[in-house]
Amino acid sequence: MESLVRTDPVTLEDRLRAALPAGVDDASVRLVDERGEWLTVRQGQLEPASSHADLGAMFTVWAAGGLGYAATNDLSVEGLRRAAERAEAWARSTAGALVVATPPRSDAVGGYESPVESPWNDLSTADRIDLLHRQSAALRVDDRIVAWSARLSRREVDVLLLTQAGGRIEQRFRYLHPGLSATASDGHRVQSRSHGAGAFCGQGGLEVLDRFGFGDAAARVGEQAIELLAAENCPSGPMDIVLAPDQMILQIHESIGHPLELDRILGDERNYAGTSFVDLDMFGSYRYGSPLLNVTFDPTVPGQLASYGFDDDGTPATREYLIRDGVLERPLGGMVSQSRAGVDGVANSRACSWNRPPIDRMANLNVEPGDSSFAELIESVESGVYMETNTSWSIDDSRNKFQFSCEYGRRITDGELGEVVRNPSYRGISATFWRNLTGVGAPETVLAMGTPNCGKGELNQVINTGHASPTCRFSGVDVFGADE
Amino acid sequence: MNQERFDLLVSQATARLTGDEVLLASIEGEETDFVRFNGGRIRQAGSVEQSMLSLELIVGGRHARTSVQMGAIDDDQHRVDLALAALRDQLPTLPEDPYLLFNTAVTSSDQVTPSALPTPTDALERIRTAAGDDDLVGIYTAGATSRGFANSLGQRNWFETSTFNFDWTFYLHGDKAAKNLYAGFAWDDDQFAARVDWSRRQLDALARTPIDLAPGAHRTYLTPSAIAEVMGLLSWQSFSIRAHRTKQTALLRMIDGDARLHPELSITENTAEGVAPNFQEQGFLRPDEIALITAGAYADTLVSPRSAREYGVETNGAAAGEYPDSLAIAAGAIPSAGVLEALGTGLYVGNLWYTNFSDRPACRVTGMTRFATFWVEDGEIVAPVNVLRFDDTVFNIFGEQLAGLTDQAEVLLDSESYGQRSNASLRSPGALVNELRYTL
Repeated sequence: MESLVRTDPVTLEDRLRAALPAGVDDASVRLVDERGEWLTVRQGQLEPASSHADLGAMFTVWAAGGLGYAATNDLSVEGLRRAAERAEAWARSTAGALVVATPPRSDAVGGYESPVESPWNDLSTADRIDLLHRQSAALRVDDRIVAWSARLSRREVDVLLLTQAGGRIEQRFRYLHPGLSATASDGHRVQSRSHGAGAFCGQGGLEVLDRFGFGDAAARVGEQAIELLAAENCPSGPMDIVLAPDQMILQIHESIGHPLELDRILGDERNYAGTSFVDLDMFGSYRYGSPLLNVTFDPTVPGQLASYGFDDDGTPATREYLIRDGVLERPLGGMVSQSRAGVDGVANSRACSWNRPPIDRMANLNVEPGDSSFAELIESVESGVYMETNTSWSIDDSRNKFQFSCEYGRRITDGELGEVVRNPSYRGISATFWRNLTGVGAPETVLAMGTPNCGKGELNQVINTGHASPTCRFSGVDVFGADE
Repeated sequence: MNQERFDLLVSQATARLTGDEVLLASIEGEETDFVRFNGGRIRQAGSVEQSMLSLELIVGGRHARTSVQMGAIDDDQHRVDLALAALRDQLPTLPEDPYLLFNTAVTSSDQVTPSALPTPTDALERIRTAAGDDDLVGIYTAGATSRGFANSLGQRNWFETSTFNFDWTFYLHGDKAAKNLYAGFAWDDDQFAARVDWSRRQLDALARTPIDLAPGAHRTYLTPSAIAEVMGLLSWQSFSIRAHRTKQTALLRMIDGDARLHPELSITENTAEGVAPNFQEQGFLRPDEIALITAGAYADTLVSPRSAREYGVETNGAAAGEYPDSLAIAAGAIPSAGVLEALGTGLYVGNLWYTNFSDRPACRVTGMTRFATFWVEDGEIVAPVNVLRFDDTVFNIFGEQLAGLTDQAEVLLDSESYGQRSNASLRSPGALVNELRYTL
């Protein structure tokens, strides 16, 4: 589908700016123009091809100390006027009853565009389907593969933010999401394996496929699903673990990202996504992890899933350390949360689309590489498990007690990788887990991936977040496997 | 978008079809007011109006689907033309689909519930009055939602309702809080007051010094809200015929093995008593009720038209994802007013949180306790319990270890709003479990 924006004598941008209300404390309008396509070949058959085109605008109005939003799909002069009036009415009706906050006034002018080397349309629909058929066939390495699929989708999102203060920010995002999965069964056990569990995605064009080795992965995914059927159960007990980047991303996301979100610390999410074990007094002094732990908020990484130039309040995005040498430095909070908490944050006020208001989100949250090779991370483990690819995640509402399971594991004995184990799982507590970080992989072990399904907020929102991580080692972790 | 506009739009699109083209159209629309609270004050408030039209064009065995956001009424024809042009461009590049199935028997229906909602100002005033100085956090959403189906064969289905959903928590301190939900079609001050009163009484109990409970097996009472969290997880593929046939269902051991749930447990997809439409995107109607688990045994699955063709069975009107919208669990015999006495000594779990499969083929589920969770001795609340992780199989929780279900089932309207406000619901009693395994 092409964009739904029509070419009119009075441009949509002119209509949007004209609709911004006067006589209020602050106002902005955010237009989101989105298109997407999905193709899936499941067990040798193309699933129904689908696409979408979405278009709408949200007005944000601050007036008399109140705040109101109104989102509309009616972009006519009259429709925009009604929405702006509705947002202003909400602002005036909430005056005096609002959580105290300062408008994130922005007069920034700028833009952002995802880097694209090989545009989606370089491959015809027929060629895309053919590619997926080949991967689907390659997944079925054995008759014991009972479910298998190859997927490819793209999303294009153009966002225009206009502010009453004269700001104008235009950002053009291009995303690609490939996927491979296989489920094997021998009549007794069932095991599933995937290519990164949906995390091998990013901004860009078809080059994202090569970035994650999509073209060569299918047979390995199928073979490992078969391999897992015969594998021993993961051992139980306290031991060292070495986590691949495609498990690290969930560990980072759940036990660093969410607890550092400032809106959670301020209590906004307590009815739904939860609160945080972190409080405002911890910033600047709290030892979050071992001295090996360095975490950055970095929306400037080219091609990572949640890169951008400005957040949805119009704040310029910059790379910032959240945790340096294990010590907590700053939270994930946009301008509104920063004004409420009185602390410095980052440019992470983001909305999933035109029909939701911005809230504090993660964007790219990355563990900085260390200096250990993969071999060195393994060599120092006397008894432990190496784990790849998240398959299950759960954590309490303060983001402390967690439990994760992975698709694929290998026993480590006396510093050497050994036999494959199935259902590798571990549990722990965020506040102490990162202090047991005993090894951080060198840059050659880093993968920059994404979690495209982060849910949060009331109204609910699903948004892209990005995580880059090296392979990492932790000591003394409570490890376990499946029910026998 | 209203029914008249949708009908006109599809009729006009039908008139522009050529040859043997067949068109299926669906609409999902809403007009929503929302007010978000923190600390008894307003954090965010506003309105959303949206209306997504999906068109599926079929020519012989080829078909493709696209969804377009509708906008100003003057734009309707332009957007439909864009969508049809894109689909016509795409169809020749696609292979014939052996699993294509759509309803060709015209089965039209109307289900319109007139709005009886309070104005946002009225609702806000009632909530703020009830909250007083308490630390209230949550969200109020209200407004009309509409779902429609139409095809070029003349079928028309329309579903329109207006609901409110106030999903809130009173916080005492830290993570000690009482969660509640008041939702429906018309606001009733007495019902709301009763729920507020229930939450405040829980706060009194939460004020006691909390205890840390060591991991282990504990007798546990799960409220309907706690059960909703587990059922939400099970809804993800467990009742799907496609998941069953490809060994991906968490209930696999009930199909391939001899696993059973408790004889008292019966679960249906009860569309007749739910709040979701009874039609789906290929035009098939859903039966009033589908038995999924009967007396602890696997009964039936949800079958989409596509799976019906793939597996050679009849569709029962499931959507493509084959997930339930209107789960209903039959009530049991434990008096709802006496659950603490029935529990005796053990854990009263008000809510569960963040459930996930820790071993899907074994239907082993992990998750956390949340909000009002208490240690009970001899039928009396002793103290709130700090959060605990459980990790146990559904076959234990709702099978071997199930002591019974309460005699009253509660209706919980889903407050989720990912993309749009949900039409899902759950009717569930509470459950008493002899031993539930806690691990952290």
